[in-house]
Amino acid sequence: MARLVSIPRKSFNTTLAGFLGFLMFFPVLWIVILSFKTEGDAIKAPLEILFATGWTVESYGAVQARSDYFKHFTNSVFIAFGSTFLGLLIAVPAAWAMAFVPTKRTKHILMWMLSTKMLPPVGVLVPIYLIFRDTGLLDSRFGLALILMMVNLPIIIWMLYTYFREIPGEILEAARMDGANLNAEIIFVLAPMALPGMASTVLLNIILAWNEAFWTLNLTAAKAAPLTAFIASYSSPEGLFYAKLSAASVMAIAPILALGWLSQKQLVRGLTFGAVK
Amino acid sequence: MMRCLRMQLAAVTLAGVTVSTAMAAEITIATVNNSDMIIMQELSSQWEDATGNSINWVVLEENVLRQRVTTDIATDGGSFDIITIGAYEAPIWGAQDWLVPLEDLGDAYNYADIFEPVRNGLSANGTLYAVPFYAESSFTFYRTDIFEAAGIAEPQEQITYDQFAEIIAAVHDPNNGVYGTCQRGKAGWGENMAFVGPLVNAFGGQWFDMGWNPTIDSPEWKAAVTYYVDLMNAYGPPGASSNGHNENRALFADGKCATWVDATSAAGYIFNPDESSVHDRTGFFQAPKQVTDKGTGWFWAWALSIPASSKQADAAKDFLAWATSQEYVELVGNTKGWVAAPPGTRKSTYDNPEYLAAAPFAPTVLNSILAANPADATLNPVPYTGVQFVAIPEFQGIGNYVGQQISAALAGQQSVDQALANSQQFAVREMTKAGYIK
Repeated sequence: MARLVSIPRKSFNTTLAGFLGFLMFFPVLWIVILSFKTEGDAIKAPLEILFATGWTVESYGAVQARSDYFKHFTNSVFIAFGSTFLGLLIAVPAAWAMAFVPTKRTKHILMWMLSTKMLPPVGVLVPIYLIFRDTGLLDSRFGLALILMMVNLPIIIWMLYTYFREIPGEILEAARMDGANLNAEIIFVLAPMALPGMASTVLLNIILAWNEAFWTLNLTAAKAAPLTAFIASYSSPEGLFYAKLSAASVMAIAPILALGWLSQKQLVRGLTFGAVK
Repeated sequence: MMRCLRMQLAAVTLAGVTVSTAMAAEITIATVNNSDMIIMQELSSQWEDATGNSINWVVLEENVLRQRVTTDIATDGGSFDIITIGAYEAPIWGAQDWLVPLEDLGDAYNYADIFEPVRNGLSANGTLYAVPFYAESSFTFYRTDIFEAAGIAEPQEQITYDQFAEIIAAVHDPNNGVYGTCQRGKAGWGENMAFVGPLVNAFGGQWFDMGWNPTIDSPEWKAAVTYYVDLMNAYGPPGASSNGHNENRALFADGKCATWVDATSAAGYIFNPDESSVHDRTGFFQAPKQVTDKGTGWFWAWALSIPASSKQADAAKDFLAWATSQEYVELVGNTKGWVAAPPGTRKSTYDNPEYLAAAPFAPTVLNSILAANPADATLNPVPYTGVQFVAIPEFQGIGNYVGQQISAALAGQQSVDQALANSQQFAVREMTKAGYIK
């Protein structure tokens, strides 16, 4: 039976949620507004910017003329999707093994994997850089996809492990009794049932890889630089490029915002999968 | 016979194309994002057309670029053929053989035309390791209309910081949206310390004594930093501790500041009618002195250099010879307007009547740059070079920490005494760790 909620309380909750949502969205909104102003207008007081100045798309034109947006965009897509794909190849079997054939060390391995996220990346920058230099992976998209896969692998395995644990092992046993081998069991039985969870894992990993700015800035130069490097090229301590920086930011975050917007139902469903019994 | 001739011609053409393709080099340039570099990027297609070479550009924020380039050079990565570095890095990296010496850019390259202080600032042990793209010192921007209304004449001689404070008190008018002075408050060795460093020099202070012992807790430092904090609290804009060069530049251009001591290179922006509302109401005079006039205006240059790991050093040298030449300055002047010409590097720029007509600030900029002597910037003798920085690798960390402490004092989070005591403690620890002191 549904709980009764009074109308004033409902209105209060809705208003509060709306306000908090707006608060979180405001920085993005402000970047969008600044991107449609001239450099001169973008440095004025906030109210002046909003009401007393005109609108223009010149910053978008200038950014596209100076930097090759589509090259950076293509690199971002390759790196984000590539790292996710590589991550799934390793994480699905690993999570399956830990969820359905656990050993007494499984918990420790999971905790150890998570602990690797606690290491500051700059601590391993030089060794990784040397390995990349010697293997010819510097400034390559494959190299970046590889490193981002490794960086995000603990999160993927943890998420998939949590989702797989919600699936009764008896169903897999039944599939085995019907003659399914391991591949068929994972592809035809496990994957469809864990689809919402896997989808949210994929989405989250794509978002993380898309926004990653340490390795993507440090391991690239001209060829494999993704959109994070594209944004960084408009940041300057000596020179006012707020409008262009905002335009570059909007162009960089727009694809991932759109992806998140279109898949938000799937994402929320996946993230809350198994939360309510 | 005819057929044979055609075949020979085709073979020669093919050979020519093959040779020129083989000769053409692809270079990667890592640079910062500012107006002068953007112009260089735009005009570089002319060099590409003339040589057949091509350029990949990597544009990064200054601090990101430093970290990125340091990693690449230290690991011999070879990702870049040309890098943009400042007057701080050039002598340090040059002394460590991280950069290619640039004494052989060709007979046509006019080394004698480069100002001597600029050349010295980019050399290590007498060898030039970077060629200057533009150079700057610091001077005082002021609003001529506000000074006139307050009955204050433009100082003809270098005034003291005490006199400067009196002027600021007279022109401070926050009710009409004009603050007496805007100075850098944002923490960082290249931000607030670029102003505080020369201020400390003017008050007779220094970073280290001859034995490399930090002297940040000295009375001179206390007098200088107390002056700075009191001045900014009384006459500065609200939230000054988060204002860096860009923020103050925007405030001054928007008419919110009566005075501003900052980079001479900002003059082009302030005098540009498209970007500044005070372009016709701005004057300038030398940065003030106090107990000494040594080291009162800073020195900085953005320069181009070639990392020792570059695999295209010859093509890179060819580009440097083009981008830092007298002819390039003329090219910028003729295509982008003379006010946009790279300032502060070449005598010929300041002999050019077209530049002098377009840039009324040029003689003052020139005097400030020539007066800035990184080798003799303090009242007492010191073991280091540099006006607003100390040319040792450890300075970046120390300068950033001291900048944070002073910024916190400006924001009222701690006293000046506390800020200087913390800074001294940190500097002693770092210098001991680095082996300068026992």
